[in-house]
Amino acid sequence: MNKLLNSIRLLKDRRVLINSAAFSGYLRGLSAKEEAAPHPFRVMVSKEMSDHVRSWRFIILLALILLTCFSSLYTSLSSIGTAVKANDPNGSFFFLKLFTLSDGTLPSFTVFIGFLGPLLGISMGFDAVNAELNGGTLTRILAQPIHRDYLLNAKFTAALMLIGTLFFCLSFLVTGLGLIIIGVPPTADEFLRIIFFTILNILYVAFWLNLSILFSVRFRQAATSALTSIAVWLFFTVFYQIIINLIGSMLISPDASPYEKFNYQELIRNLLTFSPSRLYGDASTTLLLPSVRSLGPLTLEKVVGTIPGPLPAGQSLLLVWPQLTGLIAATVLCFALSYYSFMKKEIRSH
Amino acid sequence: MNGNIIELSGLTKTYGTLTAVDHLNLRIKKGEVFGLLGPNGAGKSTTIMMMLGLTEPDSGSVEVCGFDAVTNQIEVKRKVGYLPDEVGFYENRSGFENLLYTAQLNRIPLITARERARQLLKQVGLEKEGHKNAGTYSRGMRQRLGLADVLIKNPEVIILDEPTLGIDPRGVREFLLLIVQLSRREGITVLLSSHHLHQVQQICDRVGIFVAGKLLAEGDMATLSEKLFTGEPFVIEAGVNMVQIQAGESGNGIISGSRLQEALQQVAGVSSIQFTNGIFRLGSSVDATAAIARTVVESGFDLIYLQKKEYGLDDIYNRYFERSEEHEQIAQQHPVAERP
Repeated sequence: MNKLLNSIRLLKDRRVLINSAAFSGYLRGLSAKEEAAPHPFRVMVSKEMSDHVRSWRFIILLALILLTCFSSLYTSLSSIGTAVKANDPNGSFFFLKLFTLSDGTLPSFTVFIGFLGPLLGISMGFDAVNAELNGGTLTRILAQPIHRDYLLNAKFTAALMLIGTLFFCLSFLVTGLGLIIIGVPPTADEFLRIIFFTILNILYVAFWLNLSILFSVRFRQAATSALTSIAVWLFFTVFYQIIINLIGSMLISPDASPYEKFNYQELIRNLLTFSPSRLYGDASTTLLLPSVRSLGPLTLEKVVGTIPGPLPAGQSLLLVWPQLTGLIAATVLCFALSYYSFMKKEIRSH
Repeated sequence: MNGNIIELSGLTKTYGTLTAVDHLNLRIKKGEVFGLLGPNGAGKSTTIMMMLGLTEPDSGSVEVCGFDAVTNQIEVKRKVGYLPDEVGFYENRSGFENLLYTAQLNRIPLITARERARQLLKQVGLEKEGHKNAGTYSRGMRQRLGLADVLIKNPEVIILDEPTLGIDPRGVREFLLLIVQLSRREGITVLLSSHHLHQVQQICDRVGIFVAGKLLAEGDMATLSEKLFTGEPFVIEAGVNMVQIQAGESGNGIISGSRLQEALQQVAGVSSIQFTNGIFRLGSSVDATAAIARTVVESGFDLIYLQKKEYGLDDIYNRYFERSEEHEQIAQQHPVAERP
């Protein structure tokens, strides 16, 4: 492994040397020395990215995600022949089934990403700041002529860029493989939906990334912040729904009027949307199943006269706009909180 | 700038009820090696953090290289190299890569940075280890890499926070020597914080004694001892051949031992004389070493030992520390006494 890394490094070095030799003449023309050197922020981002790529935990999670991705692709491909039924409103969206279909033995692609995505986000952020603090590198780096927020911003940007690249690669990989194997190209509408779905994935992972960065600023021990992040994740994916449903079943008496029942349903649904995993689940289903027309209960008046049929991509997006906004807001909130506490933080290591 | 590269005035920082730094005034001239000396928890690190703009002072101002450290910290950090007391490096990167990273954060072009990094690694004696992962470095090696890391940006001022902590004595001497050489050769101002008196004494031009957030005294070693040991800042020990003295006393010699004592008493500045086992211990207000030597020799005795004893930082430090403890005790006793 080391040998491999070394040779890669050597190659990189050589490339850089050639590049810089070629560029230096042209840069000398630009005269100012400053212009030859990249902006410190770019340097920091690229350093963080290479740190992630080299770290074992990223490699392991990447392998895990690739593995599950391919296995779910396999199950969906093996059952896709029997999946299309005569009057299925999603029938014309053959291609999207690659992402949602499962033969029952393995969960589908979306479920896997919904499960592993947060883990990826948490693993990339939980020791972002406290590892530097404990390692004594934080004071050294902040004593360089950079602004303090560069460090946090660089960590966030680097992780986000990696996540973005990773998810676009995954989506296009699945699309490409599906294209080759089933031989049916996606329509423009389907392609748009896949892009939106990818962006949704990135947003979802970015939320967990920011949450774990927040904990890494707040907690001194990396283990504490990792466990807290995982606890929050488990709470929202497993226990939150159970608790809300329990409360719901206690509140609704069996002999309540339909109107009351409807109101309670609405309340519970609203409470459930506080969970990021619920937001992600709702949004991904709507984006990948064009026949989903509403995420809440539908009254008879609403359904009367409608013809079951798929929505266009724009309308589906409109339907999940609240979910997307909610995810973005939660992400921004986490980032703002960690930004605030990082700027106020005493950066001495003891 | 009037020659001062660091100017602190009225600097105060409190953490809750604890006053870490209390109205500190300090001026450091360009090119000097200044030692900030104080016990643990005296507020040395906090002061340094405020000089770099990494901690905001509650009141007072910090000016480094003509820039205000609060409002213009980027410019300050461009000119100041800082070696924290527990310096850390990215352990999965080599020492060389760590240096390159710092250089790039300072916007040094990559080609120049490589050259400088190589040169500096050689200078601090890490040529061979430069391409090993920094995680494998020993404490002393990390410290030396830290010095290279500080120097790679061509600083005007370097601030070292407890730089010798945890290095073996030989390593300490080499390290300090390296710092002094650099300072002299390149005209870099050095601010060094430590609680090791001897080390500071070895290399610093001026010393500030810092206890409980206050600068108790500052100045070069001589000034400090003069301030402290008023009257007798110099103690000179002169050893005389015992046989001659005994012979002189018993055989009614030309000059007896007591006459020598009288002669020594006449030397200008000498205020006290103790005589034990052939060694005269003379307290003096001025440096009278030469005059004493002359007197002994002219009196016909063999001078076999002569030492000018200067007060070390140990003595100075203890003296000051005792005083501040006395103050504290008084302060503590006072409210108790008032209570009925």
